[in-house]
Amino acid sequence: MNPVIFTAPLAIAVIGAVLAALISITDKIVNNYGDLTIDINSGKRKLEIKGGSPLLSTLAESGIFVPSACGGKGSCGACKVKVLSDIGPHLPTEPPYLTKEEMAENVRLSCQIKVKQDLEIEIPDALFNIRRFTGVVERIKDLTHDIKEVYIKLENPAEINFTAGQYGQLEIPPYEKIKGSTQRAYSMSSPPSDKDHVEFLIRLVPGGIVTTYVHQYMKEGEKIAMVGPFGDFAEQDTQSPMICVAGGSGMAPFKSILYDMDEKGPFERDVWYFFGARTKKDLFYLEEMQALEAKQERFHFIPALSEPLDEDEWKGEIGLITDVLDKYLKEIVPDADPKEGYLCGSPGMIDACVNVMTANDIGEGDIFYDKFA
Amino acid sequence: MTPLVNPITLFFASILTSNILLANFLGMCSFISISKDMKSANGLGLAVTVVLTITSAINWLILEYVLIPMDLLYLRFIIFIIVIAAIVQILEMIIDRVSSALYMALGIFLPLITVNCAILGVSLFLEIRNYSFLQSVIYGLGSGLGWWLAIMALAAIRKKVEKAPVPAGLKGPGITFIIIGFMAMAFIGFSGMLSVQ
Repeated sequence: MNPVIFTAPLAIAVIGAVLAALISITDKIVNNYGDLTIDINSGKRKLEIKGGSPLLSTLAESGIFVPSACGGKGSCGACKVKVLSDIGPHLPTEPPYLTKEEMAENVRLSCQIKVKQDLEIEIPDALFNIRRFTGVVERIKDLTHDIKEVYIKLENPAEINFTAGQYGQLEIPPYEKIKGSTQRAYSMSSPPSDKDHVEFLIRLVPGGIVTTYVHQYMKEGEKIAMVGPFGDFAEQDTQSPMICVAGGSGMAPFKSILYDMDEKGPFERDVWYFFGARTKKDLFYLEEMQALEAKQERFHFIPALSEPLDEDEWKGEIGLITDVLDKYLKEIVPDADPKEGYLCGSPGMIDACVNVMTANDIGEGDIFYDKFA
Repeated sequence: MTPLVNPITLFFASILTSNILLANFLGMCSFISISKDMKSANGLGLAVTVVLTITSAINWLILEYVLIPMDLLYLRFIIFIIVIAAIVQILEMIIDRVSSALYMALGIFLPLITVNCAILGVSLFLEIRNYSFLQSVIYGLGSGLGWWLAIMALAAIRKKVEKAPVPAGLKGPGITFIIIGFMAMAFIGFSGMLSVQ
């Protein structure tokens, strides 16, 4: 046999191995930044950490969870942190997610910058409240053909404090071809009073990593983790009438907000809740919402179907949710100034509803939403 | 047989009369794309020079002590490329640590040195011309400096040309190619004076 068959691969393997070893040794020496400190909010918290990793994961290891819907891939722009120390100019990956003002204040994407020196940073105080929770899936319920209600019992920590309307990042284990755990953001649909549980409404998105897992692999009794609570979507502390619009799993934060208001007694303000779906099989929580409507005088629930089927025998509103909203704002909802808009749904639905609301004299500053792409 | 060429002659020949860019036309992609401003041209020139010097030394050692004795000369392309890629990787880590400013300036172009043909070209010339170790290092260093000189010269000329009334159809790459042609003629014009082998 020709020895070349052995010598040629051997030569390449040995040279490759030597070079790989050289690279890892250099990496160990060069990327070793030693023990560093991170000073958060001028002395409020001081972290002793090892340098060399991205700021986002370094903070997470110390138990401070900066929101990150994409999991540190630099594609969502949620993990903004204001850096007071001089750490050089913005990287080419950062400016697309930052406004001019943020650039000037040295706001950075914490997943993109590496910790190479002692840092001083500023984050919202609310982030100190954010934790990683582990729990058990207690119940999975089909709400429609493509939306599941997932009810999770929290174990460690066993209780969560959040305001109705906030969201959590559900973390799922690796499965099939997905290596590594994946996090995605979902609004909590349970009321804050249910401290030892969180509930999510999860609609199956074709090709979605987490939604596919929840719909096809998740079992009752399985261990699951979530990080939260995040977000500032919440009932504002005013007496203005609330105009709420949702579609699909956008029901989640409103369920939480409405049940929370209900627990506090009779509504002190008018609440109009418009819920859009295509056909009757996309509607859910109809009885729950109608029961709430019967109980709370000032709550009005308006479900609307855009393409009702004949067998639906639908007697409610028909048409796109934007048209129904426009009609109600013009003809039925009593005049009051100011009114507040609350939206949850796809970016397209939100943009369209914002247009309808501003055209009907709801100020842009009085419209609140979480956009989930 | 190693060629009997004086090291000093070889050094200047590789910078000037046998300039890797303008006489051999190797490494054109980054030569054209990074020569728009002198600052990044300077950074890239420095990086190319360092990588060229180191890789020509290492590749000579591998060629002499592994490939030729084991009769594996046909593996030289793949092995030279692996070595170049690893050196660039290490260099990138060191630059990131030592100077963030230079790291930022080089940006995406630093990893792209891996596929700069001038670097593989120099390593292949070592073998074709039978250079000794010293000659290889001198030729690598000289070629790097020559590449640096050429890209700086082109960047400076392009800066001037920005303000010149270039016909619309020739703006950008068109006039750049013409400039490179003139530069090449100037360099090749003296090729008889000094020889690399």
